[in-house]
Amino acid sequence: MAALLVKIALLGILDALAVYAVFILVGLHQWAAVVVTVLITGLINWIYLGRGKRLPAKYLTPGVIFLVVFQVFVVLFSGYIAFTNYSDGHNSTKEDAVNSIIQVAEKRVADSPAYKLSVLESGGTYSFLVTDPKGVVKVGSADQPLTPAPDAKHDSTGKAVGLDGYTTLTLSQILANQAAITAVRVPLSDNPSAGALRTDDANAAYVYRSNLSYDAKADTFTDADGVVYVNSGKGSFATADGSKTLSPGWKVDVGIANFVKAFTNEQISGPLWRVIVWTFAFAILSVLATFALGLFLAIVLNHPTLRGKKFYRVLVILPYAFPAFLSGLVWAGLLNPQFGFVNQVIFGGADIPWLTDPWLARFSVILVNLWLGYPYMFLVCTGALQSLPEELDEAARVDGASPWRVFRSIKLPLLLVSVAPLLIASFAFNFNNFNVIYMLTRGWPRFTDTTFDIGSTDLLITMVYKVAFGQGGARDYGLASALSILIFLLVAVVSIIAFRRTKALEEIN
Amino acid sequence: MVVIDPSITAPELVTPSPAAAYRVKRPVTFGRWFRATGWRHLVAVVMVIFAVFPLLYVLSASFNPGGSLVGSNALFTRIDLQNYVKLFTNPDQPFALWFLNTILIGTVTSVCTVFLGALAAYAFSRMRFRGRRAGLLSLMLIQMFPQYLAVVAIFLLLSAISDVFPILGLGSQLGLILVYLGGALGVNTYLMYGFFSTVPVSIDEAAKLDGASHVQIFFTIILRLVAPILAVVGLLSFIATTGEYVIASIVLTDPNTQTLAVGLYSFVSQAFSNNWSIFAAGAVLAAIPVMAVFLALQKYIVGGLTAGSVK
Repeated sequence: MAALLVKIALLGILDALAVYAVFILVGLHQWAAVVVTVLITGLINWIYLGRGKRLPAKYLTPGVIFLVVFQVFVVLFSGYIAFTNYSDGHNSTKEDAVNSIIQVAEKRVADSPAYKLSVLESGGTYSFLVTDPKGVVKVGSADQPLTPAPDAKHDSTGKAVGLDGYTTLTLSQILANQAAITAVRVPLSDNPSAGALRTDDANAAYVYRSNLSYDAKADTFTDADGVVYVNSGKGSFATADGSKTLSPGWKVDVGIANFVKAFTNEQISGPLWRVIVWTFAFAILSVLATFALGLFLAIVLNHPTLRGKKFYRVLVILPYAFPAFLSGLVWAGLLNPQFGFVNQVIFGGADIPWLTDPWLARFSVILVNLWLGYPYMFLVCTGALQSLPEELDEAARVDGASPWRVFRSIKLPLLLVSVAPLLIASFAFNFNNFNVIYMLTRGWPRFTDTTFDIGSTDLLITMVYKVAFGQGGARDYGLASALSILIFLLVAVVSIIAFRRTKALEEIN
Repeated sequence: MVVIDPSITAPELVTPSPAAAYRVKRPVTFGRWFRATGWRHLVAVVMVIFAVFPLLYVLSASFNPGGSLVGSNALFTRIDLQNYVKLFTNPDQPFALWFLNTILIGTVTSVCTVFLGALAAYAFSRMRFRGRRAGLLSLMLIQMFPQYLAVVAIFLLLSAISDVFPILGLGSQLGLILVYLGGALGVNTYLMYGFFSTVPVSIDEAAKLDGASHVQIFFTIILRLVAPILAVVGLLSFIATTGEYVIASIVLTDPNTQTLAVGLYSFVSQAFSNNWSIFAAGAVLAAIPVMAVFLALQKYIVGGLTAGSVK
């Protein structure tokens, strides 16, 4: 009974939230989102209000919904973005781009009349109440072009100062919101080329008009000198010879252009190949090094008469317990070429470029990743070694096998059977080991043959991050998504090949 | 392959292990001790130094009042708490807030992850339905692809959500938690499924005969029996969440809402050498809770790590 009440209460809350969401989405005309919300909510109600066969779904639904939205959908969405020119200058619709181009090129019209201005406020948005030189009163806001306001209240000079439904800002309120008020632009009419009213002092407003005029029919811009910009078909307006482009552009589908760019653009393709090779090398070397050291240490410490075994074990797994993002930063300090402990103390003031020479930086990154990763392999191998039956060892020794032979021919193959899936998982993890690279070297030292922020220790995933969110250069979401799709494909291919060669998948029944 | 005849188990055929035999017969010399276990101590000590030194170095740097990277090279020569005081008093870096944000985001995410994962693992282990095998297989494959591969799409999705529900969009910790929960099933269900399946089904059946519903069985019986794996998954999820940088750095833009990973990184990368000691103090404080819990639950974690592979 209590369970039923809880269920109804939770479903009620969920449905209430969904209804609220639908109202907002309808207001924003987001019809696709409305349909999705209604379908998902309906499905959840159907699952939880029914009986019998829906039982497994009742347990799976909560997790699956998050999985579908934030893991599966975003991957598909990446796939879509990879085929668009989505980037800093191309992040909206064409209509927004046209309006934005017009606004950016706006200048005060030289012979503009002065409109006497009162700034009004209503519901958090500012409106301009203006009186033109002939005494005609109009009101408008950023979203609402000027319309006549015959009912306005006037002061003694004939300037309109108030309107029902609005509050007139006082001088102190104006001073407190200067930046917001000077940013307001009130269109003269629905036609964006007609221009807009803006103000510098909240006292008088002037007409601002764009140097660029937009011809909707021909889909072209013409500037004051008569230069014509045509729709280039690539999400921007450009001159016919392509020498000048207007900013911003808008988002369009570009097909496989991002993939082509990644492998043919001379700024990217060379560095990209080096990054791909290094990503594989880093992942493979990391797995081999951590596994070798972890296994060696497991064998060394897994000895029946060794004293202090437990003490050693706790200490050698400490790097695993230390938060990984901090490890990268700490090692960046230790290996700092000028002031770091390693150069100053261990090498007595030497100037070894641990993190700034391409090959030494690669070595350092592997070394630090070894420090981070061997405890995991140590734990796994210790477990696996202890689960091997004693008799095998003894039987082989009775037959005269040397300890090395026992290890190589008996223990190692058995061990590999059980840890192989973990090695594959470790490969996939290191293939995308963002934290250690980004915290330690940030992917640097930078390549000298490209203007992109890509360097000798960059993995594909850090390259994606820097292309999409890096400082400085333009954020190119389309290219970054194309690269992350590439990572997906590479990891998938490697995993499939590797898993086929192990029996991991057969254990599920 | 050595085939052992099962009938030969007489005690006289069991050879004592070589080490034991030597120990009885010959006197213990240094060389012999070294060959048997001594070199193991040597290796272990070298590895302990390798493992522990960077940690001691941070600890030392955090007590060094000099403040800079070069000053931190003299280990434990001066002990002073002023870096810790600066950490909490300097308005440029709201360390206390970062710490609370991290704990909050980590706790909520890990608790929800455990719950969502346990629900799914219960279904996979106790029920038989169409798509069960395919579901398990896909979850296992999804593990291979960390969520942050789709970081661009996550960013664009959240910025679209911001326009409609600012409370869940960019800059929102709640939004970040929801994103993290997208990874809840992928990483943990397989681990939990294995453990759930070790609990005998007869327990469920007995409870069912006594009139318990599936909900009662799940909450009052199964969840208690699988408590160790819940602790492991919770802890692993907590560690993964608190150390996550990629998604957190693009979602949390306001310094007051950031986590330790994002905040400390931007703090130390602004002026690497000069902020070093304060960063070290922050690193020590950030690491202590995680390390303490990790070492306390070490036994369970090791069990959890190897459960997937070692039978």
